[in-house]
Amino acid sequence: MKLTLRVWRQKNAGAEGAMSTYEVDDISPDMSFLEMLDVLNEQLILSGEEPVAFDHDCREGICGACSLVINGDAHGPERTTTCQLHMRSFKDGDTIDIEPWRASAFPVIKDLVVDRSAFDRIIQAGGYITAPTGAAPEAHATPVPKADADFAFEHAECIGCGACVAACPNGAAMLFTSAKVNHLNVLPQGAPERESRVLDMVAQMDAEGFGGCTLTGECATACPKGIPLMSITSMNKEWLRATRKAGKR
Amino acid sequence: MARTVWDSSVGKKTVMAVSGVIMLLYLVAHVIGNLKIFFGPDEFNHYGHWLRTVGEPFMHYEWTLWLIRVVLVVAVVAHATSAYQLSRRDLKARPTKYVHSKPRASYATRTMRWGGVILGLFIVWHVLDLTTGTVHSGGFQEGHPYQNVVDTFSTWYGNVIYIVAMLALGLHIRHGFWSAAQTLGVGSRARDRALKTVANVLALLLTAGFIAVPVGVMTGVVS
Repeated sequence: MKLTLRVWRQKNAGAEGAMSTYEVDDISPDMSFLEMLDVLNEQLILSGEEPVAFDHDCREGICGACSLVINGDAHGPERTTTCQLHMRSFKDGDTIDIEPWRASAFPVIKDLVVDRSAFDRIIQAGGYITAPTGAAPEAHATPVPKADADFAFEHAECIGCGACVAACPNGAAMLFTSAKVNHLNVLPQGAPERESRVLDMVAQMDAEGFGGCTLTGECATACPKGIPLMSITSMNKEWLRATRKAGKR
Repeated sequence: MARTVWDSSVGKKTVMAVSGVIMLLYLVAHVIGNLKIFFGPDEFNHYGHWLRTVGEPFMHYEWTLWLIRVVLVVAVVAHATSAYQLSRRDLKARPTKYVHSKPRASYATRTMRWGGVILGLFIVWHVLDLTTGTVHSGGFQEGHPYQNVVDTFSTWYGNVIYIVAMLALGLHIRHGFWSAAQTLGVGSRARDRALKTVANVLALLLTAGFIAVPVGVMTGVVS
């Protein structure tokens, strides 16, 4: 396959960026999108140019490191991560636009790499349970109803890649935050911090400069892990419940 | 607690949802009242008079009406203020557009902000036209709503402003009602289809019900 790539190039956080056009040839349809970018980078290095910086780690679709907005879609046209997107999703002769996640809470560090540490700070605000560490507890010690376990697991699938923020027209982190809140709030292990978790995580989300939810549903459409839009509804419910309880105290 | 709610983006959305539901309930009552115009001037004018006597003798003349007006003004101001502040936050959170962008979300979803502005301007005109009579075409007669309505819809601009605003209202309710349910945490997977249907039916019935009046005047059914 022969492809034309239009890639966002930006020297550093402070520099002005622009789209640059590159041609790549001999791309196999079996290559992953990141392997195709590896080919481009080898080509750039050989010709003495600066390779394109992009985030990647496991390349198995489970770590949440890779990003990229491909032809206007976070993680590209398939419902998966960029590393699991294959070139067979494109046609010979295609022009592909590759851009970084766009949100003021995710500033560009270089080229296609953005700073997603805002997510880490949302987790630090309450995305954990306070429990002594040590050997794994006996699995049957804390019974969890099947429906709750399924609900928790569905939300625990979130890999924190930030596609929801990138896809949202408001740059909102509601889907990410709701996935983390719901995952822990439904479980008995998360119960002691049920109220403070949702209040603190939402407050941190606001403090990071993410936008608000207008329920366009773009986040859930882009999510490679299929976190449902209703996750946001569940978090709103938790937030209202916690606010009422806090008001009574 | 009020401070926590107002300072949070989720809390402000709650304010929007609650004020939106209040306005929606009012609109349902409003459209039912409007449709009485098809039963002649006596019934319509009598209905208009009755609105001022609701709650008597417990309430004095027009007290109930003023109470409703105050609640509505509070709802409109709360809705508009939170919408403005949330929109400011949203635009600031996403300053750079994608080079490769495609039309996304439904038309109703994309037009919430401008549709809301149109509705806000419409409400101002509507009150000045048919409540105070300040910008009314022809002589505004206090206590004769039937004739006032006919006067308004006998002008081309009266019809255009009204019908455009009612179409915007339908779109606004279509996305707004369902969104309010999500914001208030009452949406669920099992209820989603029902909520979307109710939103569409409400939007359709309210728009059709309101537009029926200018259409009635234009076609001569109401004169």
